[in-house]
Amino acid sequence: MTRPLKQIHLAAHFPGVNNTTVWSDPRSGSHIEFSSFAHFARTAERGKFDFLFLAEGLRLREQNGLLYDLDVVGRPDTFTILTALAAVTDRLGLAGTINSTFNEPYEVARQFATLDHLSGGRAAWNVVTSWDAFTGENFRRGGFLPQDQRYSRARAFLETTWELFDSWQGDEIIADKDSGDFLADPQPGTFERTDEHFDIRGQFNVPRSPQGRPVIFQAGDSDEGREFAAASADAIFSRHGTLAEGQPFYADVKARLARYGRARSELLILPAATFVLADTDAEAAELARDVRLQQVSGQTAIKFMEQLWNRDLSGYDPDGPLPDIDPVLGENTISRGRASVRTHRDPLAVAARWRAKAEAENLSIRELIVEVTSRQTFVGSAATIAASINELVQADASDGFIMVPYITPGGLDEFVDTVVPLLQERGVFRCDYQGSTLRDHLGLAPLPRAAGGTPASRAAS
Amino acid sequence: MHLSVALDGAGWHPAAWREPDARPDELFTGGYWADLVGEAERGLIDFVTIEDGLGLQSSRRLEPDTRTDQVRGRLDAVLIAARVAPLTTNIGLIPTAVVTHTEPFHISKAIATLDYVSTGRAGVRVQVTARPHEAAHFGRRSFPSLDPADPASVAVREQTRDLFEEAADYVEVVRRLWDSWEDDAEIRDAATGRFINREKLHYIDFSGRFFSVRGPSITPRPPQGQPLVAALGHRAVPYRLIARAADIGFVTPREVAHAREIVAAIRDAQEAAGRGDDTIHIFGDLVVFLDGTAAAATERKTRLDELAGQEFASDATVFTGTAGELADLLQDWQQAGLSGFRLRPGTIPGDLEAITRSLVPELQRRGVFRREYQARTLRGLLGLPRPVNRYATT
Repeated sequence: MTRPLKQIHLAAHFPGVNNTTVWSDPRSGSHIEFSSFAHFARTAERGKFDFLFLAEGLRLREQNGLLYDLDVVGRPDTFTILTALAAVTDRLGLAGTINSTFNEPYEVARQFATLDHLSGGRAAWNVVTSWDAFTGENFRRGGFLPQDQRYSRARAFLETTWELFDSWQGDEIIADKDSGDFLADPQPGTFERTDEHFDIRGQFNVPRSPQGRPVIFQAGDSDEGREFAAASADAIFSRHGTLAEGQPFYADVKARLARYGRARSELLILPAATFVLADTDAEAAELARDVRLQQVSGQTAIKFMEQLWNRDLSGYDPDGPLPDIDPVLGENTISRGRASVRTHRDPLAVAARWRAKAEAENLSIRELIVEVTSRQTFVGSAATIAASINELVQADASDGFIMVPYITPGGLDEFVDTVVPLLQERGVFRCDYQGSTLRDHLGLAPLPRAAGGTPASRAAS
Repeated sequence: MHLSVALDGAGWHPAAWREPDARPDELFTGGYWADLVGEAERGLIDFVTIEDGLGLQSSRRLEPDTRTDQVRGRLDAVLIAARVAPLTTNIGLIPTAVVTHTEPFHISKAIATLDYVSTGRAGVRVQVTARPHEAAHFGRRSFPSLDPADPASVAVREQTRDLFEEAADYVEVVRRLWDSWEDDAEIRDAATGRFINREKLHYIDFSGRFFSVRGPSITPRPPQGQPLVAALGHRAVPYRLIARAADIGFVTPREVAHAREIVAAIRDAQEAAGRGDDTIHIFGDLVVFLDGTAAAATERKTRLDELAGQEFASDATVFTGTAGELADLLQDWQQAGLSGFRLRPGTIPGDLEAITRSLVPELQRRGVFRREYQARTLRGLLGLPRPVNRYATT
């Protein structure tokens, strides 16, 4: 007996402040006007995507002590834009990153519950945590958090919002005009929470929303992050988009679910995926090279190099050889407000590897950076890309992908017009939405009225 | 004359949700709010305001109650405004933001984004709260249980003064963040590889008694440059906030002479704050119950009072009567120097539709209200120019 085909989940990441976004192309539109967001969302909905996703960064990035000016800069407020998009779409899930360090649970819970109400059950929250005093300078309460407390704070924050979401069961409002009873419960929304991070109590003032609470996404990759996701999240934004990296990650995370009494289908693994699509594979390969050169200008290559070297390399020629000096070790001070610099765990080893590669292949700084950073996940014709996506999902490297186009706002159009129909023909992607909430699209059962338990209590059970 | 409608739940009367045409089941849906704002826009209203709060509504001033016969629960007002913005084209949207427990950085980008999604129709009404139970929802600060209606108390005076000082700082931060990008900061210069000209972005470096904020904003300068800031005031301290920080003040005159006093107080405070040359629109607030005859309006309000179990009381003057009588009153009060009025419909949709379908045509017949929208931004509707960026040097 063969296993039934898995259904693929597709989402769309709005290409804004992202070093894969190409802003110099004549087709590149505004990254801030609402018309761009509306176009992108309508395209994703036309393609029957599960959801649209927006990233967040609460302080403009700096490098060498100056605002970083080579990528797209500027983004909207996540809640506001997602709620506005609820007005121009009917089914598309609306997902956004919201930081647990620079917000308060009561306020974030209100905003997500509101988004869920105003979208008819389409809200999702990518919970992130940061700890830097740099971003904290934009906030009245600062935000510095010792690194070892970030997951504990994030977990406490999430648990607290779940208490708030669950503080209304869903049957409190009767609104019976004849009897005059608006409420069945004289004290709805009652909550109390005391832990090492929060000490709050009172009544939550948003009634239970259609999904009960937003769908929870998590992006952490460490052991702690994976465990957090297995306990509490509905989907993981993974960075393991290849067969070789995806399968072990997938197996590892899915295996953790049983500990929390959860089925394998209750946590989706969704890697981000860039793509370059053309009429033929050969044309796509050529286009992919052009796109890489647009993504990595000479100036950008030097900045990338500085992020690893952790020092000023502005005197180097991007079309010349790699620096012969070594990276500065210790805390990365050259670049601030950027998550990726933290992934350089052993700069000396990486630098040595890069030098060896550059020498062996006779690459300039720019050519090397084009080779070693953010290559496109999928390159090819629609048929090739559809086949690759399906193969990876059926092989349990993922449950689907979050597509990241390189052009705003039209970068998803061709994918929806050419790749999606092929997936539909194969019977591995929906031809129409079957439900109205994001939980429906993701194949997650509706939550019971009182969702029954926070991550901690579920972990304990 | 400028007209605004203040939207709150099923209307401002606590029994409004029991009216036959009320839609209490839909208070938490996008469709409900889209219908309300759409109705106001068909009535050519300048802007709607949307009430909000960081706790449940209560019949008590300082603590929650346990009443089950009134509407409880609210959606976030900024997000309601965002939900209706793409569905409307001319009307201004001024949600309430509570400044006491929120971050100016978040509110600044949220209102800037509302200005983008409405293409230039956003504002924000700032509100303070000293309610102890709302502070407990955040756990960051606490307030003693003081009755703010007791102006003789020294403790009340100090607390009130600090809350409004903090609100003024908050608005200053929000405004600086809106200006922290110059309009031409985005250059997309392929030759140098630069997306922005960083010389056109500015750290705001605000540092005050209550907080400091570095900037710049993560959101580019919004379409109006500066969305509008509004505040409601009943006494001297909030009047000073209006004078120092706002573009629009909502006030609650009891009659025309009182309106004149209030306007004079705000104008004096405006001079003292060095803003004598700025336009600050002062809107008189009224709760309105409108009907075809004055007797019918009174009868309807009496019936609602009976359902509520007590006579309706408000900080604003309560008007019952016909659209014509209300038009008389508004024209009379406007002579005190008011730019217009913020009408709080006693019931929704009943009194909202009476405003848009009876009062507005009456004012149009009298030649004192627009017959069509003549601007596409809220600043345009209120005759306010797009302000120069405070950081611009060229």
